[in-house]
Amino acid sequence: MTTTVFPPAASRLCGLQDQFARALVDPEPPREGGAGIGQLVAQPGFAVYRNTVLKGCIDALQANYPAVTRLVGEEWLRAAAAEFVRTHLPASPMLLEYGAQLVSFLAQFAPAAELPYLPDVARLDRFWTEAHGSRDETPIEPGQVTALAPQELARITLRPHASARWQWFEQQPIFTIWSHNRDLGGDVEADIEWRGEGALLVRPNDSVQAIALGRAEVAFLDACAAGRNLADAAQAALAHEATADLTQLIARLLSAGAFGRIGIDRS
Amino acid sequence: MSFARSHLSAGLGLKPQHFDAARACRAVGLWFEVHPENYMVEGGPRLAWLEAVRAQHPLSLHGVAMSLAADDEPDTAHLARFKRLVERFEPVLVSEHLAWSTWRGAYHPDLLPFPRTAEALVRISANVGRAQDVLKRRIAIENPSHYLRFNEHEFGEIEFLNELVRRTGCGLLLDVNNVYVSARNLGYDPIAYLDAFPAEQVEEIHVAGHSADPKWGDALLIDSHDAPVAPAVWALYEHLLARIGPRPTLIERDDNVPEFTQLLAERERAQGTLGALARRAA
Repeated sequence: MTTTVFPPAASRLCGLQDQFARALVDPEPPREGGAGIGQLVAQPGFAVYRNTVLKGCIDALQANYPAVTRLVGEEWLRAAAAEFVRTHLPASPMLLEYGAQLVSFLAQFAPAAELPYLPDVARLDRFWTEAHGSRDETPIEPGQVTALAPQELARITLRPHASARWQWFEQQPIFTIWSHNRDLGGDVEADIEWRGEGALLVRPNDSVQAIALGRAEVAFLDACAAGRNLADAAQAALAHEATADLTQLIARLLSAGAFGRIGIDRS
Repeated sequence: MSFARSHLSAGLGLKPQHFDAARACRAVGLWFEVHPENYMVEGGPRLAWLEAVRAQHPLSLHGVAMSLAADDEPDTAHLARFKRLVERFEPVLVSEHLAWSTWRGAYHPDLLPFPRTAEALVRISANVGRAQDVLKRRIAIENPSHYLRFNEHEFGEIEFLNELVRRTGCGLLLDVNNVYVSARNLGYDPIAYLDAFPAEQVEEIHVAGHSADPKWGDALLIDSHDAPVAPAVWALYEHLLARIGPRPTLIERDDNVPEFTQLLAERERAQGTLGALARRAA
């Protein structure tokens, strides 16, 4: 662990809190008797605070990353989380949001090297959390788009729903692995096809929905998120998959509740 | 729907797994308490659930993270989020802890102790005042559980709380389990503590379960909220109420959470004590 360097303490209370906060996560806190932090750390009760802080953080990470936990087991996850906590204390009391950096942490974490899919599974757990607590927004109904005249259609923009999170995973069937370890139950079949896969998580109403996406669908959503009109987004989709059925692609995303607002591209 | 505080009797901590049962329950005088930090989201089902429970029962917001005892101002963004919840859910009670948890941008999920000095009193009074100004209401401050002896204390806890009330106009939340746990850990008389506590400032009472430290046993009790309220804590509660009269009382349970009906049965004990006192007064 790197030692945090704080500015000089402005008061006695401030100085104590610097020492106390450091001793909470320091693997070997100062134990000398006498005055100050050493006198506190030497008491059996100090461990209560160390344990409570660590447990609170680990419990939150376990709750926020259920598919990762199921893949690696509770013991492994809690050991990895304990390592994570030492360098990544929560930045706010909103523990529902804690652990955004776990994705990049797992990508660098040596014991996870044999599980190359783990960081991206963590990313989908994270997407679920974000979708679950995002701003409420009424999704665009398919009928709102099909009612438009053909000449208008090309110029509209579809803004992704406030809760929508999506990504293309080039190397691995992340969505399949994640969904089997999240709520569908059962283990991933041994004959799972090892290919790239996309995922969309969105909460159009009161529950988070997850669907697998093709490369063209991900490209389409990326273009929509960048504010490009429907004609341009369609081109982006076709650039990735020349044979994509655009009508079906748009209908599928609309029925998933992937969009929150229709606009007009006036450029 | 708005609820008067005078109608509150015994309440329960509300857990997500109990939302439906809580909403449907019609026990007389039942109210619920939540940690607002768990509802600081922009939208989604959590807020909708709380809204639905709130439509049926009075609600209390019991903050665990204002970090009022940190030698720093309370986080502005946190206070703003707290305020939005107060405005939306119109809680009948709002409370916080005499503790710190956020320090230099890092949140430590616990209620951390501090030496009760004149310096700390000035800082905490300013912080409580700031919180009340932002929330535009009086808040009740809870006595924490203690596990450490500080050589630096300049005030006794009750003396410190009295001074905090005098300087800020805040109310107090008296956690009887915390008194029991602290008295056992630090070696003082819980009855003497309760008898000296300023009765008129007590807006709410907490009772909860505790556990023995795995290493030190009964020599170190932990305020774990993972078990039913201990008989000794019920006895202290009844002793307190005999002196100060009925107050809104919450059964706290945060770990090993049982079925809702079990919590409701535990609540009956507090409800019975409160009811008997009310009948005697009538």
